Amino acid sequence: MELYVPILILAVLAAGFAIFSVGIAPFTGPARWNRAKLDAYECGIEPTPQPVGGGRFPLKYMITAMLFIVFDIEIIFLYPWAVAFDQLGLFGLVEMVLFIVTVLVAYAYVWRRRGLDWD
Amino acid sequence: MISAPTIEYLEIAPLLLVFGAAIIGVLVEAFAPRHLRSAFHIPLTLLAIAGAFVLTVLLAVDKTRTVAVMGALAIDGTTLFLWGTILVLAFISVLLMNDEGQFVAQAAAVPGSAEEQEAVLEGQAQTEVYPLALFAIGGMLIFPASNDLLMLFVALEVMSLPLYLLCGLARRRRLLSQEAAVKYFLLGAFSSGFLLYGIAMLYGYAGSLDLAKISAALGTVSGMDPLLVLGTALLGVGMLFKIGAAPFQAWKPDVYQGAPTPVTALMASGTLVAAFGALLRVFWVALGNLDWDWSPILWGVAILTMVIGVILAITQTDIKRMLAYSSIAHAGFLLTAFVATGGPEQNRVALSSILFYLAAYGVTTVGAFAVVTMVRDTGGEAGHLSRWAGLGKRSPILAGVFAFFLLAFAGIPLTSGFLGKYAVFQAAVAGGATPLVIVGVVTSAIAAFFYARVIVLMFFSEPAADGPVIAAPTVGTALVVALAATVTVVLGVLPQPMLDLAGAAARSLFVY
Amino acid sequence: MSPAEITQYSGGGVIGVSWLMIALPLAGAAILLLGGRRTDRWGHLLGVAMSLASFVVAVLTFVALLGRDPAQRRLDIALFDFIPAGSLDVKMGLLIDPLSISFALLITGVGTLIHIYSIGYMSHDSDRRRFFSYLNLFVAAMLLLVLADNYVGLYIGWEGVGLASYLLIGFWQFKPSAAVAAKKAFIINRVGDVGLAIGIFTLFATFGTVGFKPIFENVGGASAGVMTAVGLLLLLGAVGKSAQLPLQAWLLDAMEGPTPVSALIHAATMVTAGVYLITRSSPIFEAAPTAQLVVTIVGAATLLFGAIIGCAKDDIKKGLAGSTMSQIGYMFLAAGLGGAVGYVAAIAHLLTHGFFKAGLFLGAGSVMHAMNDEVDMRRYGGLRKIMPITFGTFMLGYLAIIGIPPFAGWFTKDSIIEAAVQKHWILGAAAILGAALTAFYMSRMVFMTFFGEKRWEPDTHPHESPANMTGPMILLAIGSVFGGAFLVLGDRFMTFLAPVIGAPGPEYHGFQPLAPPGIITFVLVLAGIGIAWTMYGKRPVPVVAPRGSFATVAARRDLFGDALNEALFMRPGQWLTRVSVWFDNRGVDGLVNGLAATIGGTSGRLRRVQTGFARSYAMFVFVGAVLVTGALLLVGTL
Repeated sequence: MELYVPILILAVLAAGFAIFSVGIAPFTGPARWNRAKLDAYECGIEPTPQPVGGGRFPLKYMITAMLFIVFDIEIIFLYPWAVAFDQLGLFGLVEMVLFIVTVLVAYAYVWRRRGLDWD
Repeated sequence: MISAPTIEYLEIAPLLLVFGAAIIGVLVEAFAPRHLRSAFHIPLTLLAIAGAFVLTVLLAVDKTRTVAVMGALAIDGTTLFLWGTILVLAFISVLLMNDEGQFVAQAAAVPGSAEEQEAVLEGQAQTEVYPLALFAIGGMLIFPASNDLLMLFVALEVMSLPLYLLCGLARRRRLLSQEAAVKYFLLGAFSSGFLLYGIAMLYGYAGSLDLAKISAALGTVSGMDPLLVLGTALLGVGMLFKIGAAPFQAWKPDVYQGAPTPVTALMASGTLVAAFGALLRVFWVALGNLDWDWSPILWGVAILTMVIGVILAITQTDIKRMLAYSSIAHAGFLLTAFVATGGPEQNRVALSSILFYLAAYGVTTVGAFAVVTMVRDTGGEAGHLSRWAGLGKRSPILAGVFAFFLLAFAGIPLTSGFLGKYAVFQAAVAGGATPLVIVGVVTSAIAAFFYARVIVLMFFSEPAADGPVIAAPTVGTALVVALAATVTVVLGVLPQPMLDLAGAAARSLFVY
Repeated sequence: MSPAEITQYSGGGVIGVSWLMIALPLAGAAILLLGGRRTDRWGHLLGVAMSLASFVVAVLTFVALLGRDPAQRRLDIALFDFIPAGSLDVKMGLLIDPLSISFALLITGVGTLIHIYSIGYMSHDSDRRRFFSYLNLFVAAMLLLVLADNYVGLYIGWEGVGLASYLLIGFWQFKPSAAVAAKKAFIINRVGDVGLAIGIFTLFATFGTVGFKPIFENVGGASAGVMTAVGLLLLLGAVGKSAQLPLQAWLLDAMEGPTPVSALIHAATMVTAGVYLITRSSPIFEAAPTAQLVVTIVGAATLLFGAIIGCAKDDIKKGLAGSTMSQIGYMFLAAGLGGAVGYVAAIAHLLTHGFFKAGLFLGAGSVMHAMNDEVDMRRYGGLRKIMPITFGTFMLGYLAIIGIPPFAGWFTKDSIIEAAVQKHWILGAAAILGAALTAFYMSRMVFMTFFGEKRWEPDTHPHESPANMTGPMILLAIGSVFGGAFLVLGDRFMTFLAPVIGAPGPEYHGFQPLAPPGIITFVLVLAGIGIAWTMYGKRPVPVVAPRGSFATVAARRDLFGDALNEALFMRPGQWLTRVSVWFDNRGVDGLVNGLAATIGGTSGRLRRVQTGFARSYAMFVFVGAVLVTGALLLVGTL
């Protein structure tokens, strides 16, 4: 168990720093409120007001982000394959094509359903 | 030097077929015009499932017992039996889905908004349910076959994610449906976290994700017991959540009630079968030598599950919620045989009893939910039990079939439920879990009360003046009810072929 | 000569397909019941055809059996594995031997005649098809009863005929009396059936099998006490089915059913199943002399009991029903005497009785048919000229039953009386007295129905029945005339049955009608006829029954048979029920209700935990995970 003691100490230090920083800020920092500061943070754009009784959220950002993740992961898988390409041979090629095709199918769905249109 | 892995395409052909069809389904969604989509999807989905079933049967006839895909999947008797069961259950659940009025016209429209009305008037339909269901079914197929903890996790997610979505697609009472979907998603994600954490711990302990290697490590690795115990516990929590064992059962009634009934049917049958198969494989194969440790815990879980399931079912007033609690209780009954491990012979008996139970219970469950879809009010299905009063007078055949399903749930002789229960209890007694069986029998007696109450309500109460209408069933729904009733009778009267099949599937236990 | 061994038959031929005997009428019943109204037009013809086909198979089987060596005439035909459950392994099969084939011929032969008769008798009934389906069901079940090679098969047939009997007694269920009679028959039979079932359980517990062959071969190995118990239990079953004392009360009420039913089921075949059971189980009874003695006592008592009832009834069918009880009493008496002589006498009388009693019932049915369903004999009279064929056949049956030589009953009844006299003088006296009473009540019936003044209700226009009714009556009458001589003369039937029950010992000297018992019987029979003539033939019969002496009243009320049943079964049963209800209300229900309230309360309270908030559910999962982990750690360190 001794192996874990340094990790524990590190965790305690990290938590202590976080609590200290957040706790000390209201006392030491200047407090000049304005509208922009009190607004919710929405990726740097104007916050979308929510109508009474719930309404429709624009999911544009989320869809974009999700698509980004999907293709990002595709790249991550492609990378080790590319490194070991000559050793994996035809098998690796076929499997990779299958993988890319399945991702493309998802892409086609998003495209046809106008997931790529901004408006 | 990395050598190229090998993939045994033939052995995993059922999986490839189901996933291939799902991908084609997505393409249909992408390119087919809206009004033609259903026409593509229904035959595609049914054919894919039927084809996968045929392939499974061929594999079984071929007596395939192998570890495929570099140790990731174990194709053995148990897997093939569960595949067959899941595919049959999936087939009849999909038949139920083929009923307009179950699924939302446009999922993205806010409930009660103008867009929704517009979508309904235009006759839109969210036909994505078919590929989604296929993905979920594919996940269900991989889950009990996973011979590797990573595969297990991937399968769990492939199975669960489409189900989360499907839960939110009910046409009526959409808020309830969406609430169910969100709850299921949040809690499912939460439990997945436990599962993943457990997997990490076990990897830390054994240095491998392969079930066989973990099993081998149990005897050789020393000094890392906390990792092993924590890993076992957390993995167990994640999987017990999926079968809805107490105290991880809370999601079940809310989700079963809110989800579209065909999806509930698929979850209550297919997911249970898949999750139970996976639970069996992980705990019997990887952690089988640890059963002295986990068995007492699962005794407690089994007792709690049976008791909570039946006691809470008593005061339910919604038919789907009642069936959900009944499903919890049945998971408890199954656990009694699950903990009854022993020598190979005892394990064989216990395994075959569980397999038979799963098959019998699954079919009856889909049948019961199929009946639920047919009893309708103006606002959709008549969920409240008071609306079922006097159904026997309005529609004697339907009420009679439903009563028969309830009797099967209660385990009355001449139904499949009786033999299933008898088999697992017998296995549990042989495995030294007699106290569990006593609890099981007592809770069965309590369960019989609330099943009988519905029957009494249907046949001996005066029907309400504005009682629900019995929807003329679609061909699919009628087929499902008839099939489920037939199977319930046949397995109850002539169970031997099915018992033999389960026995043969369990003969070689698991390969790893 | 001891009985022949039962051998396994695996050849083909008609014996190999003898199961068709059962299958054909069963198929008929199934088609008619499932086909519903669509089969109304031709349903009765299908019923007759199935019964006739079954009869043909029976005859062919019989001929095939005759073609074999006598020692090779007991054949077991394996059909299928019926209940393979651990040590209880019931293999269903048929036992074709002289005894079972005799019954099969009687059942299918008389059954077919009565099917034909019913076409005419039931022609005005809108439910005729249903009637035929039940008749077919009965024939199938009765054949299973006599042909099965094990006690479980016999029991299934036994319950099957019970069901058919129940359905047919209550066939006119719109009449409350018919519904009540059906229920009564069913419930009283249950009392007997419980005895039979426990008897079979005991046999299985003792021998580990329910097959006839293995049980009979090992009877010697069981203790006398067990055999006596089994014998008495089987007797209880037999008593219920055959309406013997003390379970006799249902048969008189069973006459509420259509007359063909009374003829087939409640006279010729089903009620004789008890005699079959005792004869078939002869190895068991031979090993249990006490049980045999009880059988003879039951038989002797019932033959007098039934005859006395028969003397006082004005309802023609109930008179015949009393007579049936009495005649079956004779058979029980003979079967109880045991030995080859006793069993042969019982079965021979059973066969001839099947003919003449069925004939008498059909005759009664024919009269009722003509008299607007009137059953009161005081409303008959003078029918002999109007219904000559009915009169003729009825007279032949009458001469047969009272035992006038050379009619059938004389041969078979005399055999029983002789055997009884040799056993004990009390039994002999009872048998002879019974014969005299039989002569009296049957003569009374004939005089009141066919002779004397017309005492008809107004607007009654009797007529002779159609050919499809008189035809069977004529055939049955022929059997009543020649059947006895055919069976008894030259010990033909005894030789035929020898493979089953063995041959008699050297002390047997054949049929001796001129021995003293035969002479005494004949004289008393003539006296009985004479008394009946002076009371009902010479003098006019009053339309309203006179009050009569205590004895007459008692006989009219079935010798207080119902009161007996009430005292023996109903009162204790009700008392037991009341006690159990009290106990159930106070003890069990108190406990159960308390328990239910506790569970319900728990449920209500637990239900509030299901708040519907995902956050609290997640909390449960977390707490559960902590508990599981903690428990596992705890177990791991123990």
